[in-house]
Amino acid sequence: MYFVKRLIALPPLLLLISLLAFMLVRVAPGGPFDRERKPATPEIERALRAKYHLDESVWKQYLRYLGGLVQGDLGPSLKQRNHSVNDIIAQALPVSATLGLASFCFAVGVGVPLGFYTAVRRGHWTEMIGTFYTLLAVCVPALVVGPLLVIVFAVKLGWFPVALWTSPLHMVLPVITLGFYFSGKIARLMREGMLNVLPAEFMVTARAKGLSDFKAWWRHGFRLAILPVVSYAGPMLADLLTGSFVVEALFQIPGIGSFIVNSALNRDYPLITGLVLLYAFLLIVLNLIVDALYAWLDPRVRYE
Amino acid sequence: MWFLPNASGNLPGAFRVLLAACLTALLLPALGCRPAAPRADLTIANGAEPESLDPAMLTGQPDGRVAFAMFEGLTRFNAVTGAAEPGLACAWDISSNLLTYTFHLRTNLVWSTGEPLRADDVVYSWIRILTPEVASDYSGNLYYIRNAEAFNLGKIKDPAQVGVHAPDPFTVVVELTNPTPFFLELCAFHPQLVVQRQVVEKYGDRWLKVRPLPVSGAFELVEWRLEDRIRLRRNPRYWDAANTGAETVDILPGNNATAALNLFLTKQVDIIWDKNLIPSDLIDVLRLRPDFHFFDFLASYFIRHNVTRKPLNDVRVRQALSMVIDRQRLVTRVTKGGESPSSHITPIGIPNYTPPEGTPYDPPGARKLLAEAGFPNGSGFPRISYLFNSTREHERIGVEMQAMWKQELNIDVELRSMEWKTYLRAQSDLDYDLSRSAWVGDYTDPNTFLDMFMSDNPNNRCGWRNPEYDALMRKANGSADSAVRERLLQQAETLLIKTDNAITPLFIMAGFNMFDTNNVEGIYNNLRDMHPLRTVRKVRPPRKD
Repeated sequence: MYFVKRLIALPPLLLLISLLAFMLVRVAPGGPFDRERKPATPEIERALRAKYHLDESVWKQYLRYLGGLVQGDLGPSLKQRNHSVNDIIAQALPVSATLGLASFCFAVGVGVPLGFYTAVRRGHWTEMIGTFYTLLAVCVPALVVGPLLVIVFAVKLGWFPVALWTSPLHMVLPVITLGFYFSGKIARLMREGMLNVLPAEFMVTARAKGLSDFKAWWRHGFRLAILPVVSYAGPMLADLLTGSFVVEALFQIPGIGSFIVNSALNRDYPLITGLVLLYAFLLIVLNLIVDALYAWLDPRVRYE
Repeated sequence: MWFLPNASGNLPGAFRVLLAACLTALLLPALGCRPAAPRADLTIANGAEPESLDPAMLTGQPDGRVAFAMFEGLTRFNAVTGAAEPGLACAWDISSNLLTYTFHLRTNLVWSTGEPLRADDVVYSWIRILTPEVASDYSGNLYYIRNAEAFNLGKIKDPAQVGVHAPDPFTVVVELTNPTPFFLELCAFHPQLVVQRQVVEKYGDRWLKVRPLPVSGAFELVEWRLEDRIRLRRNPRYWDAANTGAETVDILPGNNATAALNLFLTKQVDIIWDKNLIPSDLIDVLRLRPDFHFFDFLASYFIRHNVTRKPLNDVRVRQALSMVIDRQRLVTRVTKGGESPSSHITPIGIPNYTPPEGTPYDPPGARKLLAEAGFPNGSGFPRISYLFNSTREHERIGVEMQAMWKQELNIDVELRSMEWKTYLRAQSDLDYDLSRSAWVGDYTDPNTFLDMFMSDNPNNRCGWRNPEYDALMRKANGSADSAVRERLLQQAETLLIKTDNAITPLFIMAGFNMFDTNNVEGIYNNLRDMHPLRTVRKVRPPRKD
């Protein structure tokens, strides 16, 4: 019932978000057709605005936009004028989603075992290495990691391509650059979760029943320890799936992250509204999935 | 094993599963990509993603480079000089009063899809760009044609009244309002490129999505993936296809200069030919490389003075500000890319025109003028600002001039950096004191730099209106005698840059490109920065991989 309610709340929420996005982008000074070179007469600019209905009142424009939205049409791009917003999303989202999913896997694949290990081996000297990695990952931004990886592994060693997005090899450096921070963040969450669980009474009971250290950690501890990671993973996945401007710009990847930033800079009203809606939709849906996972992982959690 | 958490070395099954899952997760990236397409003969870093490839809509230089490869006009650009040479038209006659051009089309013209290309297609393409609903940014480029402006503004509705006609399938007759010495060059420029009526009318704004796309130029459009690549293939039906240099070309969009340079250095890109893709911090080092080429470019960098605001409404103040700018220092210490310092806005190298000198570098004279204007030694001078769009290069130029104004005139100029669109809006709203400006010429004639400062031109944007200037420009453009025209244009330019000093030219911009002459040939540096793709080829035969 709880999830049905949340699903019913989804459309009005998206409507509100679309309204906010639609109005806010129009507050920024400058317009989509402001250029260094103005057309020969102001009439042409007026005709251009009329062509895209920008001469109508904002409310009328919004209703027109909603009309398209209902039919799944997010409108034309005002910057990429031979493409519609649907075209752009259809082309760029899979790229960003691939990059994001791969980075997610990298982050989880590195972060979870590392956090688990550094928690259970507390005090051992190898913990130091793990903690150092975590600290580095959280502190050094992609803006630094990316170029460093490029210089070492692409320019100097020539193992990987420096940029572009054409073969699996092209993915390695961007995925590491994008996933590095999140792997550190996840390792920390996992470690904290595990450290909280280790001294719990049920763990002592499990040990007392004769389970080995490891079985106790895994069967009884891990499920609860990973909860902070799960709740973090939802928004993180939404973030990763919709692309990263920095990483996409660094490696010239044709993903959606660069469109999100550039559409705002270009005052491409339909594109930015469409992308904000997409992001909001993903965020809400993924959070819903996280809540469902929570209930499955932690028997104490019940939704009313 | 010391690194495993369980001292007994006995791993529980579930943990092994988890470990395996994590390892798979690490390998997943390798599975997510589409297979690599075979590499094109030529790969070119082209600058920003084209906004459009429609000749009627596009505005940017990167867009134009692709459109010129796909579409052709009555004339086309010569690869070496950038001047107009026969294109779809093999010859033309010009009437003695220079007002009527009769173009003779080649008889073997076909679209890449096989249909014949005829004079009607030319007339259609030109009328299309003038149609008010198309709202083309560049329709002004056709205003030299009789009634074109009136039709574009909706004052006349009948396209037959516009001075372009096709009396037979191989002849296009154009009537002009004034002798226009650069008209043949305009016929090669993108607003006049020829597109196919059937496909445009059938598909509207989405006609560039049609495959196969009928094109009139040397290359067909195979694929256009935004921010990824544009794949072009040689059009075998192009009239001059025998001389097309490459079979396939990949045009890579991108604004990241470092990535472009890395791609070039690792030989994944053969040519970088957009000046925004040259990292300005590295220009000192790059200039020494044999594969780095720079040349004079038909573009001017200057300051607009907002003449409607105090104290810049006083010409003495404007002159004083411009007389203390050491242009030589700007190009040798700040820009360093081979730009030429210039006190005039029209670049040197335009045929039949020698630009006049503007305000000289004369700090003592400037101090005197400023004192006469009521600000001896800068005292009482209000705080004004210098507006620029936020990039490092523009900021460095601003900082350097700020120091010059402070040192020589003892006045404080605040630097005001703005995001691009906000900057453009501030400039058109005259919401500035001094503003960084630049202009790239559309054709090799002073008019492309000078007509924008006529009173009613939307690109004026400095509030300067001078009837004498307007009259000189009109008279010059009505003149059929090139010597008379030159003199009138010089008088107008002097008025603009010296007598009234509405703008202060700083330098003529440089064009850059990078390619290894042992690898690529057919790129020639000219004032227009025009490098038709059809002549560019690999020195060695294309690799088979």
